[in-house]
Amino acid sequence: MSMPHPLAPEQRAITPRDLAGLLAALVLVAAPHALRMPWWLTLVVLGLYAWRVRIALERSAPPSHWLVLGIALLAIGAVYLEYRTLFGRTSGIVLLVLFSGLKLAEMRTHRDAAVVAFLCYFLVMTNLLYTQSIPTALLMGLTLVVVTGTLVGLAAPRRPVTANLRSAGVLLAHAAPAALILFLLFPRVQGPLWGLPQDAYAGMTGLSDTMSPGNLSQLAQSDAIAFRAEFDGEPPPPRERYWRGPVLWDFDGRTWRMGPGWLEEFAAPRGGGRYDYVVTLEPHNRTWLFALESVARLPVRGRYTNDGMVVATAPVRARLRYDAASLARAEPVPFERPDSLRRALALPEGGNARARALAAGWRRTAPDELQLLQRAIAFFRDSRLGYTLEPPLLGPDPVDEFLFDTREGFCEHFSSAFVFLMRAAGVPARVVTGYQGGEVNYVDRIISVRQSDAHAWAEVHLPGRGWARVDPTAAAVPGRVDAGLARAVRAGDPVPLLMRPRLGWLRGLRSNWEALAHRWNVWVLGYGAERQRDLMSRIGMRDADWRKLTAAMASILGAFTLLMLGWSLRRLSRPDPVQRAWQAFCRKLGARGVARAPAEGPRDYAERAAARLPEAAASIRAIAALYIAARYGRAAARGRIAELARRVRELQLA
Amino acid sequence: MIRALLADVRLRAWFYGYRAPERGAITLGQRRVYILPTRLGWLYGATLGILLVGSINYALQLGFALTFLLAGLGLVAMVHTTRNLARLTVSAGRAEPVFAGEAAQFRLYLDNRARFDRPAILVRHQASGAQVVLDLAPGAVAEAVLAVPAAKRGWLALTRVLLETRFPLGLFRAWSYVEPAARCLVYPRPERTPLPAPTPDAEAGAARAQAQGSDDFSGLRAYQLQDSPRHVAWKAVARSDDMLTKQFAGAAGIELWLDWTRFAATLDAEQRLSRLAGWVLAAEQSGARYGLRLPGCTLAPDRGDAHHAACLQALALYGIA
Repeated sequence: MSMPHPLAPEQRAITPRDLAGLLAALVLVAAPHALRMPWWLTLVVLGLYAWRVRIALERSAPPSHWLVLGIALLAIGAVYLEYRTLFGRTSGIVLLVLFSGLKLAEMRTHRDAAVVAFLCYFLVMTNLLYTQSIPTALLMGLTLVVVTGTLVGLAAPRRPVTANLRSAGVLLAHAAPAALILFLLFPRVQGPLWGLPQDAYAGMTGLSDTMSPGNLSQLAQSDAIAFRAEFDGEPPPPRERYWRGPVLWDFDGRTWRMGPGWLEEFAAPRGGGRYDYVVTLEPHNRTWLFALESVARLPVRGRYTNDGMVVATAPVRARLRYDAASLARAEPVPFERPDSLRRALALPEGGNARARALAAGWRRTAPDELQLLQRAIAFFRDSRLGYTLEPPLLGPDPVDEFLFDTREGFCEHFSSAFVFLMRAAGVPARVVTGYQGGEVNYVDRIISVRQSDAHAWAEVHLPGRGWARVDPTAAAVPGRVDAGLARAVRAGDPVPLLMRPRLGWLRGLRSNWEALAHRWNVWVLGYGAERQRDLMSRIGMRDADWRKLTAAMASILGAFTLLMLGWSLRRLSRPDPVQRAWQAFCRKLGARGVARAPAEGPRDYAERAAARLPEAAASIRAIAALYIAARYGRAAARGRIAELARRVRELQLA
Repeated sequence: MIRALLADVRLRAWFYGYRAPERGAITLGQRRVYILPTRLGWLYGATLGILLVGSINYALQLGFALTFLLAGLGLVAMVHTTRNLARLTVSAGRAEPVFAGEAAQFRLYLDNRARFDRPAILVRHQASGAQVVLDLAPGAVAEAVLAVPAAKRGWLALTRVLLETRFPLGLFRAWSYVEPAARCLVYPRPERTPLPAPTPDAEAGAARAQAQGSDDFSGLRAYQLQDSPRHVAWKAVARSDDMLTKQFAGAAGIELWLDWTRFAATLDAEQRLSRLAGWVLAAEQSGARYGLRLPGCTLAPDRGDAHHAACLQALALYGIA
């Protein structure tokens, strides 16, 4: 009893093979994190891994616990210096990666190795906080095979690595059905269980609630998807796809802001050209939702603001799917509150004198607002303003400089200048940001709207007609709304790679890929409480609450485990094919009166049978020889089992 | 309390699923294979718990997928750990007799009739702690040699043997007990003392032979089956194909009686048996013919391996069976 237990992991020392497996696993799990970490922390982690390799190569003792503790404290200090916190999401994960290197360095026994392997599972999970794409899932699968293979190697040290990796694959394949059952039936709850760290939602991109020269053109250089829309039937043509987002009222001479807003009762407009669609919005950590102009039906939990924005009740921090409907030709709503109209005329004191003078000139000569508007549009059309993703920097009078000096800019410059001119001329106007266009994926007919489709336009208030959309960019650069960003900008501008017109084949590939990614987003990543309830009611479980789901999950999982156990044991009790063939052979001979005596060996029995049945003697001897070779022979002879079975089957006894 | 209950033979048989000792080949039915998580298994479970909470908290659907895949992996590991032991067939081989104080070499044969391999199976003798770890190839038989210290002369029964495995992931420990009907004959511990003088009632030839001195090599003769391998002239065999036996002039004719009554009366039975065992060894080595006289048992003078073994067995089992 005092003997050390040879299977106990505390008793078994790490071998170079175990170390190699763990290193491979750690590199796989740490690589995505390393790309996000500062370079020097990555170097520290790599240094820790290399240290361990050196310890193994030199067969020296692992570092003492005190040394490891000292390095851990240093690492904590370094992480604090870099991130100014230890409890944020990113800093916490970086610490975890560092500790994986420390644990690796000090690991001595199989128990430590198993702890490192479990830590790998953990690090895989932390990577999912940043991305849950298909490539991430594939990387996760590969990592699981390596980590699990290493665990198998710990349990069976004398087995070849390939056999262990194969076992890991088999185990994971057997685990997949159980995982599927759990995934479908585990009750999903809405929302976090407790507060999340402050930086949990950092790094989500999208439109902001302000607009100043340069920030939209920067956003437009990103290929990232903003949202996708699936239409019932034909989608509207590109020039009508204005996805309305934040409405900006207040201008301080440089930056446009949303300013105060309030919710209003939604009154569906009347009109024609109705489109019904489903939007899958990527998380952007803001409340607004995007819908085509003009909204005819609000999403289920959507609200409506005084300036026609659709907003959610909370910032969108997970992919969100909502139904909406819009009218292409909505009847105008002429009413607007006087204080809103006053707000839509406000301009900062002074500045941009040339633009003010221009507007004043229009105002003196134009008989009414409509004429004035036409003047402004004509001005934009005729003044040969350039459209570029790299607008020149502007000084203290950005509108003047854009309109009269640099003469090139992005849609934020166009819309900002236009609204400024309108207000200066006495026409209420506001800036609207959002997305314009989007690309129809020819695989699944879903429209993908990217950050590069970000756009800003203007709305002016005309007496008797209400708010009307005016797109000064479209007036100046007609190609922008008809053909998209890539054809509209100057040659040589840094257009996102996949927006370039010549890479058609690449776009085809991307269409397929994104159709797949959309399915993935909707069916795997979007499988939340609502979708679960949907699916359950479709397979006949009404009002699936967590009790019903848990009961179903437990019983199906239990049945699955029992089935698997029964199946693997049944396979065990079945005689092997060699024995089966031999028993069939004995039965055949027995039916002809040559039953095998209990103690009779195969050779003697075959000789006796051959003597009794001379016409089949050759076959009988051949079968006996094959059986002996298969049962007692070398591995090479075992390859002839199929031949044995065939010969027994074909044996004819007259 | 459980220990007290298990002292009852029937309860014990029900609890362990077998009745000891078991004869022939023992196949481990799944009722006899027990399974529990190891400490690592609990740690794994705790890791899964944290992963699950993280997935819920951050609403990570891929995190759920990872957690549940790992949970499924745990379940499958449980099944596979059971499978690694279930339906394994164990049978006991012959254990060669040993002297008390040596270790009996019990041989167990583990027959893997499955088409998959069964790696890392621990075979451990519960009472002595003798243990060995085996890897069984598909369809192969492996031999486990358990060196069990033999303290006392007589029959040494192989008691309970533990079979255990933690393959494939080390998260579960499956184990089973077997108690095959195997026993090893343990001879008394031999005590080396000078051989007794040939007895007065030795036959005439003995006296003559003794006069010539002992242990002198006198020539070779053809090998006979009962000849000890120690007396085979191996060098001569290597030169020719015939088996030859060395003859020793001195001892060949001597006849010894190894007698229980020859010791001082103060010697107890075990000491007497030890001395007699030493004498049997010495007499066989000398090549003399020797007989053994124990109370209630007499073995006529002879020599050779069979006689040697018979004498030692008589000593081993004196007063036992």
